Amino acid sequence: MKPKTIIDKIWENHVVYREEGKPDLLYIDLHLVHEVTSPQAFEGLRQKGRKVRRPDLTFATMDHNVPTVNRFVITDEVARNQIAALERNCREFGIPLADLHSEEQGIVHVIGPELGLTQPGKTIVCGDSHTSTHGAFGALAFGIGTSEVEHVLATQTLWQHKPKTLQICINGRLGKGVTAKDVILAIIGRYGVGVGTGYIIEFTGEAIRRMSMEERMTICNMSIEAGARAGLISPDETTFAYLRGRKYAPKGEEFDKAVERWRALASDEGAKYDKTIEIDASTIAPMVTWGTNPAMSTSVDGVVPHPEQFESKTEQNAVRRALEYMGLRPGTPITDIPVQHVFIGSCTNSRLSDLRAAASIVKGKKVAPGVRALVVPGSQQVKKQAEAEGLAQIFIDAGFEWRDSGCSACLGMNPDIIPEGEHCASTSNRNFEGRQGKGARTHLVSPVMAAAAAIYGHFVDVRQLEAEPVC
Amino acid sequence: MKPFTIHRGKTAGIDRANIDTDQIIPKQFLKRIERTGFGQFLFYDWRYLSDGTPNPEFELNRPENEGATILVADENFGCGSSREHAPWALQDYGFRVIIAPSFADIFYNNCLKNGLLPIRLDKEDVRYLLRQSERADYELTVSLEEQRVFDDEGFSRPFDIDPYRKQLLLKGWDEIDLTFVYEAHIAAYERRHCPRP
Repeated sequence: MKPKTIIDKIWENHVVYREEGKPDLLYIDLHLVHEVTSPQAFEGLRQKGRKVRRPDLTFATMDHNVPTVNRFVITDEVARNQIAALERNCREFGIPLADLHSEEQGIVHVIGPELGLTQPGKTIVCGDSHTSTHGAFGALAFGIGTSEVEHVLATQTLWQHKPKTLQICINGRLGKGVTAKDVILAIIGRYGVGVGTGYIIEFTGEAIRRMSMEERMTICNMSIEAGARAGLISPDETTFAYLRGRKYAPKGEEFDKAVERWRALASDEGAKYDKTIEIDASTIAPMVTWGTNPAMSTSVDGVVPHPEQFESKTEQNAVRRALEYMGLRPGTPITDIPVQHVFIGSCTNSRLSDLRAAASIVKGKKVAPGVRALVVPGSQQVKKQAEAEGLAQIFIDAGFEWRDSGCSACLGMNPDIIPEGEHCASTSNRNFEGRQGKGARTHLVSPVMAAAAAIYGHFVDVRQLEAEPVC
Repeated sequence: MKPFTIHRGKTAGIDRANIDTDQIIPKQFLKRIERTGFGQFLFYDWRYLSDGTPNPEFELNRPENEGATILVADENFGCGSSREHAPWALQDYGFRVIIAPSFADIFYNNCLKNGLLPIRLDKEDVRYLLRQSERADYELTVSLEEQRVFDDEGFSRPFDIDPYRKQLLLKGWDEIDLTFVYEAHIAAYERRHCPRP
């Protein structure tokens, strides 16, 4: 039989109807819903007297708008209405909801995996571009708009053309202090924010195989920043070990049977991709973005580039504009950039292992004067675990603020906003103009890099930090 | 959805690449639960100065772009978040067509679901249209039926669009109603793969 990629296999397993000249009608196994992109979809259903076809395959939570301190006191009336609308809609249409009182509440892309809802081979959608996160499990997961949310609610299907396939193979091992976040930032930095447009990416190679599920989620999460429809990783023992015992994962004998099915999903030896990129893991250093899209980055030992270094006029203009927005001069060493804010959180980097890594840098130290540092766990479960194992206390002792879960300062739709003109070392995924607040200057980094920046008040090469601990 | 057949209108150019959805509609305006009324917030942070007055530097605020219904921009337009508020805002502001060398995937789909036509043209053609857009009197015609963009001065280019999406746009059909036609297939799939509890 012709070798197939995991993408081919999942796709074929989900075709409900196929006809020449039309996209395929694909079945959706899991639909995650949050408060921001769903109200208009539910309203659409109501106007036409339609039902939700499979509430049992739908799961909702609120994350974008929720305050991460005093979470039950939502002073913004419009935000409060949106959260109330989700509660009302879930009640009316019979959809399970992890609300603010639930121990299961959290960022939708953190709780899906945590609860075992996310499983290999599933098609997963959500009205959020970072749905690609779930691809870490060998699921085909992608973000959709509100009209598509309504379509999935009503029909549990979507009309989709099959994208091309792109293999990104990370050979070899990562150096010390280099994380999954640096890998995905390096990929986007080298190949651009459009490298994945029209493709589904499968990440392969030794460096990926050696990663934990949480690291794999970080990689897949930012596939969208490379323009890809989705990003995924073939499931393996690491995947199965993570899922065993999770609330919604199959139990007992059923789990073993599922593992057999999941194992067969992995891309076959010799499967063909439309395009392949290979990267040597040892060439990747800790990364810091200096501009206003995730490709505008360099290694921590680099400098802010000069616009003239770029080929096209369009690029030069974009870089000039970005540097002006960021208030940075060409040639400035990255480690000279002062940081006033540190945000550890978001669907990219707010899981337990991220917090452990950050805490290992912070332990016994203090946040630098003039720096405001925030840790926002990705879910209430992460928060509880981090408190139980003493991570929260390490952060609090160092002068970090320890918060409840939510999207927080990743997108500033809630009270966590970075003030105009100030630099923020952020473990989130987008450094667009105004993303964290009007005029906020975002630098995307890994959790260890963010933690180090909080302690020193500027970026530091975490590789050196380990070699000679300062203070 | 409002059908799209043929449209003639004034162009406005924003000569930037990677215009993301956070710029098109900043997050503070995503909390509304309606689909309408987003036009006033389109490109908010670029369009207005901190004191709330229009920024005269911003392309859409220039007098020659007043009343434009066709937006021309550089590559990877609409990257970032999946927020459908972005096409809602563009449409509510008055745009019917967006022309760029490339679009972000989710944004492109979202436009088609709302009768806002995204058109991919070659980079050189987009450069030409960006230059022409600096004129106050420049107009383009977009025929979806013929899949062609043309002006009165000899510029004429074909464009690609998925035939299925084209049909939906021309007729202004509700896609959910169409999908219900395949109910028997969906039910059969569910019996095989995904039975109800």
